[in-house]
Amino acid sequence: MTAPLLSVRDLRTHFHTFSGVVKAVNGVSFDIGAGQVMGLVGESGGGKSVVGFSILGLIDPPGRIEGGQILLDGQDLVGAPEEALRRVRGRQISMVFQDPMTSLNPLHTVGRQMDEMLRLHTDLDAPARKAACIEMLESVGISRAAERLGAYPHQFSGGMRQRVVIAIALLAGPRLIIADEPTTALDVTIQSQILKLMRRQIADRGASMILITHDLAVVSEMADHITVLYCGKVVERGLTRDVIGAPAHPYTRGLIDSIPDPRHRQTRLSQIPGTVPDIRNLPVGCSFRERCPRAQALCAQADPPLTAQRASLHAACHFPLTEAEAP
Amino acid sequence: MLGYTIKRLLQMVLVLWAVSVIVFLMMSFTGDPVFMVIPIDSTQAEIDQARRILGLDRSMLAQYGIFIGNLLQGDFGRSYVFGQPAMELILERLPATMEIVVLAVVIAAVVAIPLGVYAGANPGRASSRAIMSGSLLGISLPGFWVGMMLIFLFSVRWHLLPSSGRGDAVEVWGLRLSFLTVDGWRHLILPSVTLSLGTLAILLRITRAGMMEVTRQDYMKFARAKGVSRRGVLYGHGLRNALIPVVTIFGLQLGDLIAFATITETIFAWPGLGKLLIDSIYRADRPVIVVYLMLVALIFVVINFIVDIVYTLIDPRITVK
Ligand SMILES: Nc1ncnc2c1ncn2[C@@H]1O[C@H](COP(=O)(O)OP(=O)(O)OP(=O)(O)O)[C@@H](O)[C@H]1O
Ligand SMILES: [Mg+2]
Repeated sequence: MTAPLLSVRDLRTHFHTFSGVVKAVNGVSFDIGAGQVMGLVGESGGGKSVVGFSILGLIDPPGRIEGGQILLDGQDLVGAPEEALRRVRGRQISMVFQDPMTSLNPLHTVGRQMDEMLRLHTDLDAPARKAACIEMLESVGISRAAERLGAYPHQFSGGMRQRVVIAIALLAGPRLIIADEPTTALDVTIQSQILKLMRRQIADRGASMILITHDLAVVSEMADHITVLYCGKVVERGLTRDVIGAPAHPYTRGLIDSIPDPRHRQTRLSQIPGTVPDIRNLPVGCSFRERCPRAQALCAQADPPLTAQRASLHAACHFPLTEAEAP
Repeated sequence: MLGYTIKRLLQMVLVLWAVSVIVFLMMSFTGDPVFMVIPIDSTQAEIDQARRILGLDRSMLAQYGIFIGNLLQGDFGRSYVFGQPAMELILERLPATMEIVVLAVVIAAVVAIPLGVYAGANPGRASSRAIMSGSLLGISLPGFWVGMMLIFLFSVRWHLLPSSGRGDAVEVWGLRLSFLTVDGWRHLILPSVTLSLGTLAILLRITRAGMMEVTRQDYMKFARAKGVSRRGVLYGHGLRNALIPVVTIFGLQLGDLIAFATITETIFAWPGLGKLLIDSIYRADRPVIVVYLMLVALIFVVINFIVDIVYTLIDPRITVK
């Protein structure tokens, strides 16, 4: 296998709050190859966004990257000077945020916010930049693009704003796009449009993507690989078909069971029992054990390491599910 | 926009009328001005005659009628003390006040905004806390004390700057201006600095509060994710979003300083409006006080109008109606 585009190694990002240290990301590792789409899934508070912001060096005090490596083409971004990070942001790696209503500056025109990206990362002159912005807006499905450059974000609908944000993220031709729940704030019909758009744009450009979401159904359609986070740790990862088809970790299984399935008209969705524990004082052993139907005495004593399982799967579980137990 | 302007003009007329009523009522309760214009040893007959000439023997309503009638014809009366038209007297002094006030608000804005941005963007730092403590001093120290300390240090002790008067002034289009000469500048510095302190402190605190709010917003993080420099994020994206309350306070302070630079002008013997007002109040120089108060009202209304326009320039979501 060729060297991955991005390789995250044992990343640990902690927040030193008044009420204790929040180990939001606590030893996360994964690789993304060129052109691949990786789904990063897990319940709220699992540390998905913090992983994304860590990659771009956007963790603010009281947060800090405590350790690990984030290798882009083998170059470590952890501890890299701000100057170097600024050349990575937007140009190599860009990000699409969850809420399109708030990620654009309300006081600048859409054109200005797009132009800024090109001014920062290219040598194009003003007319060339304008042409590039118009072309990009059109390619994300915004009609009358030339006119719309002069419009302000509040004159756009949520779906259109997210298209603009995606256009901005793609403008400087980044090799990796981190999409942090890019459609959660949009209504369902728009959601699938935006996701299709993103998939096509990524594929056309040969870029890679980290798709952050808590929606396994979305990920199973879009991603080549899946990484499941729970309480700041990777509990399972592997190829999408293996993870969705026959997960090894009970947590992943729980997430899959709570996808509404239109084919089986279930009277009630199965939910994972209990709630995510307080991340500031996690119990010894496996963090999931209090919610796990398979937990045994061992789970309270030792934190299971991430180990190779069947097929492409790696899971952190003392008593993983077998293929025969697949849904 | 046109409708808005017309509405604003009508409002201005209304405000000025209201002020004229209040001023007129106030005036009629504050002593008899006849004693200001007659010699001390006048007889009762002479006093009565003076009353008749000044119209003071008429009813209140009639007096107000005359008063407003004259105002409408552009006749604001003559100063009892100087015998000069009151309006002329005021307009003569206005440039002097405007000079120190404009310089004061410029100093305040230029110092307060960068410090406020810094303190708002780095709330935890010791330097930010020092700035905030400093601003509390700026708010709580009385202007007259600061003025006196500045005179003591810069004039008395170090002989660096003059402590009173306007210095050399140049006449331009009939206005006497100090800021065109070096000596004028030397005279301007101390009163302007004294006048700026309170405004500086308030603007700083407002800017900081706005920036603290703004730095939490998603678009700030998104701008950073685009690769914008820290400075670019703070000034290019943040500041403008924090500016509406800053402009509001700036407008109010500007009006306030023009109207009430009195104490500072007195300390520095600055021949501006404030000193004229004090002198006129002492001598019950009614026409001057009237014109002064109407002018102040007018200035406030105009500043408000400009502030409203500036809002729409800052934020495209705001429109004037
Ligand atoms: N600035 C911060 N200060 C303190 N704690 C933080 C901060 N940012 C994130 N956290 C904590 O880090 C943990 C992970 O947060 P994160 O936002 O990454 O979750 P997430 O998986 O993205 O969840 P969601 O699906 O809700 O977006 C949470 O417990 C959160 O409280
Ligand atoms: Mg998140």
